[in-house]
Amino acid sequence: MSESGSIVAETAARIFADLADPQEVNRARDGAWKGRLWQALADAGLTLAWVPEENGGSGAELADGFAILGVAGRYAAAVPLAETLLAGWLLSRAGLRAPEGAMSLAPARPEDRLVLNADGTLSGQARGVPFAKEARHLAALAGSSVALVETAACRLNEGVSLAGEPSNTVTFDSVKPVAVAPAPAGLNQPALMLMGCVVRSVETAGALEAILEMTVRYANERVAFERPIAKFQAVQHNLARLAGEVSAAMTAAYSAADAIARADTFDDVIFLEATAAKIRSAEAAQEGAAIAHQVHGAIGFTNEHILHRYTLRMLSWRDDFGNESYWAAALGNHVAARGADEFWPLVAAC
Amino acid sequence: MTASLAFDQIRLPPECDELRREVRAFLIAEIAAGTFDPHHPGHGDAHSKEFSRRVGAKGWIGMTWPKKYGGRERNFLERYVVTEEFRVANAPVRLHFVADRQSGPILIKYAPEHVKMDILPRICAGEVCFAIGMSEPGSGSDLFAAKTKATKTKGGWLINGTKIWTSNAHIADYMLALFRTSPPTKENRRHGLTQFLVDMKTPGIKVNPVYQLTGAHDFNEVVFEDAFMPDDHVLGEIDGAWKQATSELAYERSGPERFLETFYVLSGLVRALGDKPDIRSAEGLGRLVAQLHTLRRMSVSVNGMLQAGKEPVVEGSIVKDMGTVWEQKLPNRVRELAAFIEEEEGNRATLEEQLRFATMIAPKLTIQGGTTEVLRGIIARGLGLR
Repeated sequence: MSESGSIVAETAARIFADLADPQEVNRARDGAWKGRLWQALADAGLTLAWVPEENGGSGAELADGFAILGVAGRYAAAVPLAETLLAGWLLSRAGLRAPEGAMSLAPARPEDRLVLNADGTLSGQARGVPFAKEARHLAALAGSSVALVETAACRLNEGVSLAGEPSNTVTFDSVKPVAVAPAPAGLNQPALMLMGCVVRSVETAGALEAILEMTVRYANERVAFERPIAKFQAVQHNLARLAGEVSAAMTAAYSAADAIARADTFDDVIFLEATAAKIRSAEAAQEGAAIAHQVHGAIGFTNEHILHRYTLRMLSWRDDFGNESYWAAALGNHVAARGADEFWPLVAAC
Repeated sequence: MTASLAFDQIRLPPECDELRREVRAFLIAEIAAGTFDPHHPGHGDAHSKEFSRRVGAKGWIGMTWPKKYGGRERNFLERYVVTEEFRVANAPVRLHFVADRQSGPILIKYAPEHVKMDILPRICAGEVCFAIGMSEPGSGSDLFAAKTKATKTKGGWLINGTKIWTSNAHIADYMLALFRTSPPTKENRRHGLTQFLVDMKTPGIKVNPVYQLTGAHDFNEVVFEDAFMPDDHVLGEIDGAWKQATSELAYERSGPERFLETFYVLSGLVRALGDKPDIRSAEGLGRLVAQLHTLRRMSVSVNGMLQAGKEPVVEGSIVKDMGTVWEQKLPNRVRELAAFIEEEEGNRATLEEQLRFATMIAPKLTIQGGTTEVLRGIIARGLGLR
C-alpha cells in the first residue's frame, strides 16, 4: 500500500469505527446511521475517490480506493461505497462529471448487455445491480459508450441479496441519459467486469480478516470442557485452515488490486490477476464462512451476533460481476487457448 | 489479541527478467542435449553430477552467499526465479538442492571459518551433496526425542545411534545432523541436542537403503558406530541446537518447491485438453490456475519479506501447509478433469503416465520437511491460540 493509501485507509477506518461499528449497526432499529455514515464518507472525499478533482471527486489513486474498500470490507459496511467508487471510476474514464450522492453501475453481470439507441436513449436489462434501489444515479456501459442515468428513469424490481441488501434487476426502456460519452479504448464490458471482480475480492479479503480476528478472539474466550476451546487441537487446526483461506484471499485480492493500479491496459496478466482474485476470494469466502460458523457454534447463527453481517455479505459478493464458476471457465479457456507451452510463462509473469 | 497476517505485495524485481531468460535458455539446451526429460520426472535419476557442475558454473548454487565463499551476493528473489524455473522443468537438482537451500546457510551462520572456506565453494561449484540427519526410528516430527548420542572424547565426539528416512545419504558427501550431547532437562525438553557437520566418509558410518513405495532409492538408514567427529565440526552452541532453527526455516517452508512438485500433471492436463476444452474441464482448470497463481503470489511475498529482513514465520508455515495440500490433491483433480478426454487423443497417454507417478509420490508431500499437523500447530501458536 502506498503512503497516501495508508492515510486514506486510516481516515476510512476512523469514520467506520465511529459511525458504523458492526455491533451498534446490528442493534440499530432503523437506518438512521446510514445517512450519517454516508455524509461523513462523502465529506472526507472517499465516495468519489476515483473521480478527478475537475470532475467533482477527490482524485485519489486507484491504490487508495482499493485501500478504502479493504477497510469497508473489515466493517462489512452496508452502504453503496464500492458501487459509488466503481461508478465514479467508469464515468471518469469517459471524462464525465460525477454527481453527488450514491451511485451504482450497470451491467453488473458479464452476460447482460445494454445498448445505446440511435436516438440517444438506452435499452436493455441489467440483473443483480447492487444497491440500485438506494442509488440516485447509475453509471452505465452500453457498447462503447458510458452514460450517466437517473435511477428514477429506470424500472427496478424488488430483489435483495443474500445479505438483505438491494440487488435489483434494472430495466432500461429507452431511457434518456443525463450525459453520454464514448468509452476510452480498452474499456469494454469484460474490463468493467474485471474491475468489479477486483473490488469485490478486496472487500471479501477485508471481511475475512475481520472474521479471523473475531473467531480467534471467540475461541480464546469461550470455555467448554473446563478450558477455552482454543486449547483443543481440532479447533486450532480449523483456525489454522481459516488463516490459510484468509491469507489466500488477501494475497489474491491485493495482488490484483496492485496489478490494476500499475497497469495501463487490461492485458493477459490483468486478466489472470483479476479472475484469480475473484475465484480464489470466493472460494475463501465459502470455506472461511463455514469454519467461522463452526467455531462460533450456535451463537454465531443468531441474528444478534455480527458474524452473519460478514459471512452473508461476502457470500453474496461471490455472485456480483460474474461468479467464480463463470470466471474459472473463462480463465480455463484462456489458458487452454494459449497452449501448454505458454501456461507457465503466464503464471510467472505475475 | 490476534497476530495479524501480513502478505506484502512484492513483485520480482526487473533484474529477474533477464535471469529468467538465461535460466530458460540453459534448461532448453540441457533438455535438447538429453540430460533430462521435463515431462517425466519419474524417468532417470533425480541427480546428475555433471548437471549440478554445469549449474554451479552458471553461478546458480549458493547465489545469495558472500563472494568469498563462492557465492554471487545476489538477492533471494533472484534465487527464487532459478528455483521455480528448475522445478517447473523437472531438472535433476537433487545433488545440490539441499545444500543450496539449507545446509549452506547453516554453515555460513555456525561453522568455523576454515570449514566454510573448505566446503562452501565446493557447494557453489555443484560438487558436493548434503543430507539432513534429523529423523530417527523413535523420533520424527518430535525432533527433540532424538537419541543418537555424541560422547565427548579427546579432540572431538564419538557418535552412536541410527538416523532414518535420510534422503540422499547414499550419495551425500556430508550430513548436517542433530545428536544428543546431554539429556533433556525438566524445565526444557528441547535442551541437550547439538548440531554437527558429518563427513560421510568417516569410519563407523554405514548407509543402508530403504526403498520407497515407488521403487526408488531415496531414503536410507544411517548407522553410527563410534564414528568420530572433530570439535570443529560442532555447529553452534553445544546442547543448544533448539535455539538455532529460526528464520531459515521460513525459506525452507515457503519456496516454490512447496507447491510445484506435481506441476507437470497440470501442464500435462493443458496439453491433453487441447485448445477447446469442454466447459467442465475449462472451469476445473481455471480454478486450479487461480489457486496456483495465489499460492505463488503468497510464496513470492514471504520470500520478499524475508529478503527485506522481516520474519514471516506464520506466513511461511501457511504457504507450506496450503501449498503441499494443494500439490498433493492436484493429481486426483487432474485425473477427474481428464476423465472424459477421448482415448485416442495423443497427449492422453503421456498424462496417464505422469499421473501414475504423481499419484504414487503424493502422500509424501504433506510429510516431508514438517507435517501438516505440525505446521497447523505453528500457525495456531502464531494466531495466539496456544
